[in-house]
Amino acid sequence: MGIDLHESTVGMRESRLDGITGYDGDLFDLCNQTRCGSLKNRERCFSQAGSCICSALHGLANITDVAIINHAPQGCTAFAPDSLAEHAFVAKKRGVAYNTVILGTDIDEKDTVFGATGSLKEIVLETYKRYKPKAIFIGTSCASGIIGEDIDSIVDELKKALPIPIASIHCEGFKTKILAGRFDLEDHAVLTSIVKPPKKKNGMVNFKNFNESAREEITEMFSNFGVKPFFFYSACTVEELSHLSEALATVCICGSLGTYMGNALEKEYGVPYVNTIDPLGIVGFETWLRELGRVIEKGEEVEAYIARERAIYLPKIEEVKKELKGLRAVVNMGPGFAFQISRVLQELGLEIVYVISLHHDTKFDNDQIPPFMQYYLDDESTNNFKVSISDQQNFEVMNILNKFKPDIYLSRHSGTTVGAIKQGVASLFVGDEYKTFGYKGTLDFAHTLLYTVKNRSFEKNLAARVKLPYTDWWYKQNSTTFLKDEVK
Amino acid sequence: MAKILDKIRNKCAMGAMSTVQAISGALPILHSGPGCTDKIGGGVGSSGHFSPSVFPCTCISEKEVIFGGDDRLRETIENALKVIEADLYVVLTGCAPEIIGDDVEEVVRSFKNSERPVISVSTGGFKGNNYLGHEWVIQAIIEQYLKPSDKKVKGLVNIWASIPQHDPYWFGNLKELEKLFAQLGLIPNTIFGYDRGIKNLNKIPEAEFNLLVSPWLGLNNVKLLKEKFGTPYLHYPTLPIGAFETSKFLRIVGEFTGVDKQTVEDLITKNEGEYYYFIERFADVFLEIREMSKKFVIVSDSQYSLAITKFLVNDVGLFPSKQYITDDAPEEYREQIKGYFKELNYGIEAEVEFSNDGYLIDKEIRETNFYGYPLIIGSYWEKKIAEEKGASYLSISWPMNEKLVINSSYVGYDGGLKLLEDLYSSALPRSL
Repeated sequence: MGIDLHESTVGMRESRLDGITGYDGDLFDLCNQTRCGSLKNRERCFSQAGSCICSALHGLANITDVAIINHAPQGCTAFAPDSLAEHAFVAKKRGVAYNTVILGTDIDEKDTVFGATGSLKEIVLETYKRYKPKAIFIGTSCASGIIGEDIDSIVDELKKALPIPIASIHCEGFKTKILAGRFDLEDHAVLTSIVKPPKKKNGMVNFKNFNESAREEITEMFSNFGVKPFFFYSACTVEELSHLSEALATVCICGSLGTYMGNALEKEYGVPYVNTIDPLGIVGFETWLRELGRVIEKGEEVEAYIARERAIYLPKIEEVKKELKGLRAVVNMGPGFAFQISRVLQELGLEIVYVISLHHDTKFDNDQIPPFMQYYLDDESTNNFKVSISDQQNFEVMNILNKFKPDIYLSRHSGTTVGAIKQGVASLFVGDEYKTFGYKGTLDFAHTLLYTVKNRSFEKNLAARVKLPYTDWWYKQNSTTFLKDEVK
Repeated sequence: MAKILDKIRNKCAMGAMSTVQAISGALPILHSGPGCTDKIGGGVGSSGHFSPSVFPCTCISEKEVIFGGDDRLRETIENALKVIEADLYVVLTGCAPEIIGDDVEEVVRSFKNSERPVISVSTGGFKGNNYLGHEWVIQAIIEQYLKPSDKKVKGLVNIWASIPQHDPYWFGNLKELEKLFAQLGLIPNTIFGYDRGIKNLNKIPEAEFNLLVSPWLGLNNVKLLKEKFGTPYLHYPTLPIGAFETSKFLRIVGEFTGVDKQTVEDLITKNEGEYYYFIERFADVFLEIREMSKKFVIVSDSQYSLAITKFLVNDVGLFPSKQYITDDAPEEYREQIKGYFKELNYGIEAEVEFSNDGYLIDKEIRETNFYGYPLIIGSYWEKKIAEEKGASYLSISWPMNEKLVINSSYVGYDGGLKLLEDLYSSALPRSL
């Protein structure tokens, strides 16, 4: 199943993008197998807790004027306060009101026997009465999925009763091991319920991202090209989103984040999707910006901008690179960032020892292999390094760090940093997606790397005093011991 | 009206993975979808020895939903025993295996002869909240792990209070309770937090008494301990905060455990002396807030709604508005809990409502006349209504999104002073 906006949901990445979560090998092999389509998943006979695609609801709660209703037992809705606090913070920075609410239907034991679609409907109507949201998203859960609640019929009924867009988010936690599937669920819901066909071109560039920390910087940069960025889903409204189809182009901070929305807008409404490597580091940024310039027909302005900024930043970056040369790094992130932060690290002169990617898509929604894979295939100077595909399997990561003892470990998911410092490895959290964006981001990043490896106090202090959770036996095994044979 | 979860205050039963995590040496093994831990197991203060990213999890997929997850659970436990070094492995079940009917007990029974103990608790998220899950974990430990002991240690008292992690002050409070016990010459035994864990868990059957400091949570556990090990228990419903309640607490505990009366009175005199030294010095701050009504409202669990109501009335001289309890205390305890709110000085009584609908709570607070700017104590959710009412505001319970609590405590004499610090910090600009 590819992009089909007539369906109530979107296929998971395992089937739609031939995505996998278990692999052990190296970059050259992964690139070749990705190109040939011969890549096979390997299951694990031991695993640790990860995340689930229910975080699509957290993603949609970025929008400032919606209601999220989680048709689930109460624990599934426990993400609500953190989610709302985070989004309210971003909205405040943008200076806009944040009125989104997240409610739950609190599925209990009785509901698992008798069903709860009746109370779901009642709660949606009550939520509308209480908060007058501009759209309502209804999430499903493991429990509602297994007991067979027919959410889509309820959505159809509610659409007749309420004057706002309503969509279901089929995010049962057992459906996929690829967390990034949440992005596609968010996009599908917005595309099918909120985005309207274009009336005119609006001079905006759709910018898909997470928390828009570089909003001001990018707005200023785009002003050089006579366009404005529209950041989503952070701090945006339902009304703003309805115009996604009218933009000049769509760009994204991360290809894995943008594949569904970018390609769907291109396919359905002819909005060009800038489908390059991501704007991280110098090579990524310039490749991306030149392609954007070509698409919006501002090539000259882009070249002038690049020349000006290069003159300011490249000498400074060269300076700090001298001190970074030869440092050994292990990277543990989703594929979009894992294989591109590693490219940035190599630009800065570090040696990549191991890349651990949370999953791997063999192709994107345009049926092409991911651009960052193509980049490595095309670039003859690419150094090979070891690669593991591992969906937040901490025991594998700790095993790798123990064997390879890098100078620095980089990750960007909550809960992935602390294990490393307990083993004495400097750990840098790259949670902000703009941490390596463009020239300024690359320079800031280079300095942050340097500070991280130069003061080792925090990790050395802690590592000297804690006991590790894993057995000696485990540290003596290969990190891939629990990967089963290839399946599919 | 259907159950509407508006402004969530509790997690589900499987949130009790935090209870397991708080017992040093115990490791939760989760038989659930991959995301449960992410939603209910983390939060600030969880990156300890066994952090949530270390918890083994069967990460149930469509395959197990259709064909059953017993085999998957078996291989996960087998390999967890090899990979992770724990003293006790506690299998917790999520919604999916509970609904599809996996025979978890049977799988866990097959590890009966394993070198290290494996037990299981049924914690399907739809079965109850994390307060109940907490009780179920302790119950499972008593039933499946603890063994009767021949010896009883004189003066050894197991102390049970609160719920780890969900109560941001759980460890600080326990430490203060221990300190009070040690001052009485007793030997406190608690199982949660640093350097306690399995070591202290094993001592539970040897204790002379169990002390439960909680309005209702844990009552089933101390009853079961009495049944299984013959240990008598004292149920003290109010978490003691400040001089009035703490002195009362010491007298009752002293009497129950047979501590010499004069020892208790000497201890109280000394502690109250120091406490009132501070109260005297800072009384002007409390009295000279320009804009503050005498009324306060608390939106929290049974423990804090009761304990802080008692403190603010009996120690500080404030007046309770209607109080809200959000922990879904089981029906059978509710009348008794309401009764506790009628035992305040000068015949003062507080009305209590058990509610989980934050919208309605906000609405009532909005419509209440506090005869001035009130004091609103609750969680992150009360921040907005507090701003709206021009109230002084303090967040003390989950969700707590604007404050970091590491090891502070509101228990005892010092805890009372700490609570005054926090309460009047927010009111301070109005006092100068």
